[in-house]
Amino acid sequence: MLDVELEEGPTPVTPELERAAERAESRRGLFISLPGYVYLVIFFAIPLVLVLVYSFASRSSTGLTVLEGWNVESYKRLFTPLVAQIFGRSFLLALITTVICLLFSYPFAYYIATRKPSTRNVLLVLVMIPFWSNFLVRTYAWAFLLGSNGPISQISQSLGGEPIRILFTNTAVLIGMVYGFMPFMVLPLYAAIERLDWSLVEAARDLYANGATAFRKVTLPLSMPGVVAGSILVFIPSLGAYVTPAILGGARTTLLGDYIVSQFLSARNWPFGSALSFAVMFVMLVATIFYFRAGARTL
Amino acid sequence: MSDQTTTAGFFDRLLAANAWAVYLFFYAPILLLIAFSFNDNRNVGIWTEASVRWYREMIGDAQVMGALRNSLIVAFVATIVSTVVGTMLAIALERYRFKGRGALDGLAYLPIIIPDVTMAVMLLIFFFQVFGIIDNVLGIHLDTGLGTITLAHIAFNISFVAIVVRARIARFDSSLEEAAADLYASRLRTFWKVTLPLIAPGVAGGALLALTLSLDDVVVTQFVSGPGSTTLPVYVFGLVRRGVTPLINAVSTVMLVASMILVGISLGFQRNTVARSQRRSEPDELLEDLTVTHLG
Amino acid sequence: MDKPAVELIGVTKRFGDDVVAVDDMDLTIRDGEFFSLLGPSGCGKTTTLRMIAGFEFPTEGSVRIHGAEMGLKPPNDRPVNTVFQSYALFPHMNVYDNVAFGLRMRKVGDAEVEARVRRVLDQVQLSRRADAKPSQLSGGMQQRVALARALVNEPEVLLLDEPLGALDLKLRQNMEYELKDLQSRVGITFIYVTHDQEEALTMSDRIGVMSDGKLLQVGTPTEIYERPTSRFVADFIGEINLLPAVVGAPGVAKLANGVEVTISSEHPVSGQVTLALRPERLTLHTIDAVVSEGRNVVKARVSRRTYFGDVFFYDVDLGLDEPLEVKEENRPDLDRFEVGDEVLVSWRPSAANLVTD
Repeated sequence: MLDVELEEGPTPVTPELERAAERAESRRGLFISLPGYVYLVIFFAIPLVLVLVYSFASRSSTGLTVLEGWNVESYKRLFTPLVAQIFGRSFLLALITTVICLLFSYPFAYYIATRKPSTRNVLLVLVMIPFWSNFLVRTYAWAFLLGSNGPISQISQSLGGEPIRILFTNTAVLIGMVYGFMPFMVLPLYAAIERLDWSLVEAARDLYANGATAFRKVTLPLSMPGVVAGSILVFIPSLGAYVTPAILGGARTTLLGDYIVSQFLSARNWPFGSALSFAVMFVMLVATIFYFRAGARTL
Repeated sequence: MSDQTTTAGFFDRLLAANAWAVYLFFYAPILLLIAFSFNDNRNVGIWTEASVRWYREMIGDAQVMGALRNSLIVAFVATIVSTVVGTMLAIALERYRFKGRGALDGLAYLPIIIPDVTMAVMLLIFFFQVFGIIDNVLGIHLDTGLGTITLAHIAFNISFVAIVVRARIARFDSSLEEAAADLYASRLRTFWKVTLPLIAPGVAGGALLALTLSLDDVVVTQFVSGPGSTTLPVYVFGLVRRGVTPLINAVSTVMLVASMILVGISLGFQRNTVARSQRRSEPDELLEDLTVTHLG
Repeated sequence: MDKPAVELIGVTKRFGDDVVAVDDMDLTIRDGEFFSLLGPSGCGKTTTLRMIAGFEFPTEGSVRIHGAEMGLKPPNDRPVNTVFQSYALFPHMNVYDNVAFGLRMRKVGDAEVEARVRRVLDQVQLSRRADAKPSQLSGGMQQRVALARALVNEPEVLLLDEPLGALDLKLRQNMEYELKDLQSRVGITFIYVTHDQEEALTMSDRIGVMSDGKLLQVGTPTEIYERPTSRFVADFIGEINLLPAVVGAPGVAKLANGVEVTISSEHPVSGQVTLALRPERLTLHTIDAVVSEGRNVVKARVSRRTYFGDVFFYDVDLGLDEPLEVKEENRPDLDRFEVGDEVLVSWRPSAANLVTD
């Protein structure tokens, strides 16, 4: 389909003409993509390159970035015990968050997937609504609940106990992360389970497997792409989380997100902050590629 | 998937109990927050009586209202621009082949998988560097503010809009466009009369997503905003770090309810979608549209 | 018009460097005829149709409609309309707007649009459903809307891409009749693409059989069925027995088992040939029967019998590589044979087609 103008009117087609037509079609596509292309290059690709550049720059004594004296000091610093500890802590937190999400989400998704279609719809919408509402506020709601003046504490006090303050502990951060990211686990799991060919489970039962075995040997393996997808969708943002730990964790334990932010807003070490950002992004990119290979196949 | 449950009765009840627990987990904090925002007591945890004093205080707070105004302006502009650009991008990627398409495809996915901290860092450095150059070369001194915030929001929103619209285009029967051409419609008229009406739910979904993301954003905005140009989430974030107050409860409730209304509108719009006539079951469609925004 | 409706001259379509979808095709389709392009999936028939419509351009060659060269003209510039396999009805428009679409695109006035749309909806018997949306209609009705939407524009040629594929058997048979009837009433040239030989044989004035991008044979249904010129065509249409043989003396062919049979003198060939025999042109007789003069008679043994209700299919062994398939009607006055019976198989020499490829 194409609007190529010819001077003398239509002539029989030759390979050259066909190619010219294809090229015109190509140009059209490029033209339509141009605004997006240009914008992304300017405000995304170039900034990305700049971060990389800055990560090799040096820092003046007053905290300004000096685009000379290129070095890999910032990257070397990544491997110091302090940074390794922060990485490790963030990694562990992300891992625990993912596992907890998985443990509760799988039965949840399974339940929804095994209801009537009309019920399923309603149940899904009910999951979506809190999920799409403001992230900051949802995290704040826990700060409200878990504070020493919050309802939970008040209840325990009125029962004669001590004021409970869960806020500003690792537990609070964990609760907040699970709360924030669980829907990312539920959706892919639901999609994978819903798409299951249940006649395979019935075939297993027909071949003398009991319920638990059928689940273990048929349902679980077949829903694995959903498990992988959901896990990575929770793990990746958990690793770089900033807002949730900032609100619920206070200043005590430092995680990656906050560490990076502080390099730019307080510590004023942009080269190091850039190296950190790049390293985190690299880890996430690897995880994402892994996700595309494993999870995206069925979704 | 059959209509009947394939799990035994007892097991099914366990599952149901778990489901109830999860729903409780999801909704309790939000509902409690909303409830307590109407609490007359300055001490947030103790319920005394219902009142709207915190809402009145909120409306009277110039900083809150100013931040709200900024949020709305930025979100509005960012949504419109990113929806138009993102839709064009989606069409180009789904319907055409051209040189550099692979690179663009990858580039368009990146903003989705990049953590917002990194995005914030990238744009901060970018604006800093660019403003520095402009200052040196042209002598014009630019600063971060609503403009840079808007530009930043557009940057990540384009990709999200593109993904949602692409999902919708992919489900679109391309023979419909051929049919229109067969019936004497030019490219433009085909787009206007056939393509656009049929991808409209996707475009609307993308726009709503962009709006939500813009109103939600904390880190990126924090990094590229300047004095006097803060948005509501960033302002609330700053307040929250200093402690929980009933005022924040009220502001939060407003933000919460507003975003939930937006979601409701989006879902309502999706239900009336034309694609229903293409005979897809609703849970599938709904799920795919929503899932796809988070998968990339 | 006396110019042929469609001419394809030297049309080739290549995708990339290695896929040849249509290979140097020459075809003339006459004005007002119902022409079918028949072939298995992947043979290039749909690609050919799309090149006539304008959704693809040939890599080489000429596509002419009523003598006018189409060149690189887009579909909206061509005087043809298409009925798609998936019907491609616009889901967001009702029946009336769907049918009126082409007219409105060409800026026809509202009054005329109304008149023409109503008339064509009457023709396909959907007048009462003009306000319905496509999703509310059954498959058969949707198909008629697609037809109406194309016909209302009074195209010079109507292209149909396997339009009956999605319908069930009874409905398909009804539609076959209706389409043929419609075409003869309206008088427009129909080009019909299908892989179903029954459709092609029942509806077409002429059939073009394609395989692997090449046009193998063009002819009337009778010619294609009774006088196939290649193994593929013989095999593709209906059931066929293919017997390798060698023609030595004129009029005589020797089968692989040494038996000599008479062939019609119309076939001036010699050397290696294949005899193509339709199962219904073969007759079985009891071993001691007296067969009428002029027929080829060969001894055989029944190896299988399959009952189809109205006919029997017998596999009979002649001592060749494969058994012969014979079709006999299930009539009380005809002999019935059991597996293992010794029988005679006979046929008239003119019933055998000689195929040399």
